[in-house]
Amino acid sequence: MNVALNVIAVKTLVRKEMIRVMRIWVQTIVPPAITMTLYFIIFGNLIGRRIGTMDGFDYMQYIAPGLIMMSVITNSYGNVVSSFFGAKFGRHLEEMLVSPMSNSAIIIGHVAGGVLRGLMVGALVTVIALFFTRLQVQHALVTISVVLLSSTVFALAGFINAIFAKKFDDISIIPTFVLTPLTYLGGVFYSIALLPEFWQAASKANPILYMVNAFRYGILGTSDISIGHAYGILVGFVALLFSACLYLMNHGVGIRE
Amino acid sequence: MVTIRRLMNALSIRNLRKTYANGNEALKGINFNVAVGDFYALLGPNGAGKTTAIGIISSLVNKSAGEVEVFGHSIDRELEAAKECIGLVPQELNINQWEKVGNIVLTQAGYYGLSGRLARERAEKYLRALRLWDRRDDIARSLSGGMKRRLMIARALVHEPKLLILDEPTAGVDIEIRRSMWAFLRDINAAGTTIILTTHYLEEAESLCRHVAIIDEGEIIEDAPMSRVLRKLQREVFVLSLSDEADRAPALDGFQTGLVDSGELEVELGPAHTLNDLFRALDARGIEVVSMRNKANRLEELFMRLVESKQP
Repeated sequence: MNVALNVIAVKTLVRKEMIRVMRIWVQTIVPPAITMTLYFIIFGNLIGRRIGTMDGFDYMQYIAPGLIMMSVITNSYGNVVSSFFGAKFGRHLEEMLVSPMSNSAIIIGHVAGGVLRGLMVGALVTVIALFFTRLQVQHALVTISVVLLSSTVFALAGFINAIFAKKFDDISIIPTFVLTPLTYLGGVFYSIALLPEFWQAASKANPILYMVNAFRYGILGTSDISIGHAYGILVGFVALLFSACLYLMNHGVGIRE
Repeated sequence: MVTIRRLMNALSIRNLRKTYANGNEALKGINFNVAVGDFYALLGPNGAGKTTAIGIISSLVNKSAGEVEVFGHSIDRELEAAKECIGLVPQELNINQWEKVGNIVLTQAGYYGLSGRLARERAEKYLRALRLWDRRDDIARSLSGGMKRRLMIARALVHEPKLLILDEPTAGVDIEIRRSMWAFLRDINAAGTTIILTTHYLEEAESLCRHVAIIDEGEIIEDAPMSRVLRKLQREVFVLSLSDEADRAPALDGFQTGLVDSGELEVELGPAHTLNDLFRALDARGIEVVSMRNKANRLEELFMRLVESKQP
């Protein structure tokens, strides 16, 4: 493999993705900012006052890391699924397929684009959160690594969704019926310690719980789960999903006849 | 010796087969070579297998069996090297309509590993050559159909491929732009780029290409230099404009004639006669001819005959 060629190709693809994100910023940046502002106002400010504290933090402070993580993963996923499927649908994916850039480079470029959009939106939501509450990062390295790994996992998942998608409906099914329920049930708004034992155990099968809690640990220093488990799951998912993406690309599934 | 001969080919295809998931056998074991520097026409009716063959050569379609080598690089073993040699202008528009013209070409350069400065130089060179430089900051959607076709050519050339594959590049393009594209392609070919062209305008193939292959129902039914192929044409029909009007077709010994209208005479020329024979016969009848033209393009006539002869 020509490494220099692939490095330039990945940079080119990431640049293209960023141009796309900024070109349609009203669709990519603004909506999550508005949605999260509403979450902070309604759940944090209005309802949160009545809830009181959770794990020793006021409710607004408690949900802020979860809401930031929620915006990161939904935007990382959404960017890759819409960009890759859009390229497939509009046939300009062929620009990449005919070029000598490797399948790994195609995956990495798209995933990096998704991660960058996730981080941009996450940063914006963090700034919004600071208008409502005080956040002091307790473990910077954990915070950064968890957000990067989580957005990578969901960007890869978005890539797989786009590979299999045949029509635009197919790229909204997973976010609507899988991603959103898992996110809401992933401990964004509550500590699983509040749940009955059975539902606590059931919640631990939800990978998003680990991401949200590991991120919360990085910012607030509190978590429902072991950070070691969270890293294991995150790294495992990255490896598994990247391998799946590469297998699908190498076999031309959904992209070559 | 065999290896040397293969290396001399820009493209070498051996027993290439493609059967789609629905059972359609698009290619039934085709073989052909394209010599380095050639201008090669790949012709055939709709659904003959041309686009499938091009899709396999350019890695957009998985083959079922066979071998493809591009400048000696097998697409099975040295795909990256093979891809670096190819520039593809596909039949269907495949540009991102919302991207800027300049960015489309620059991005493609990046996918081929061209650095920023070189990519910008090449993008400018080919956008200027294809008269799109002034539109570089416009989104592709705002271009006319002909401009979009030219943009796809600029994009395919930005890495300066050794082999340029054009799948119906002038479809839907007006005659002026088509002629300017022909001139551009002749220049590119003269500069050393091997070109494979598929087109439904057989006049285009006859005018540009030195070698022709005709594919029908997944099989190559003709593969020879253009001049040799045209010599196979046993019968040509000419339309003559007459200086005086006629109410019926004159009988010319040895020629089939018919009136198109009172001022135009259609004459069929068989292998036994030359144009000199025809004009002698016309002279003998005192018929004056103002101008003449082929009734149909020569290659078109031959193409139709070859394709029709295959039908049961």
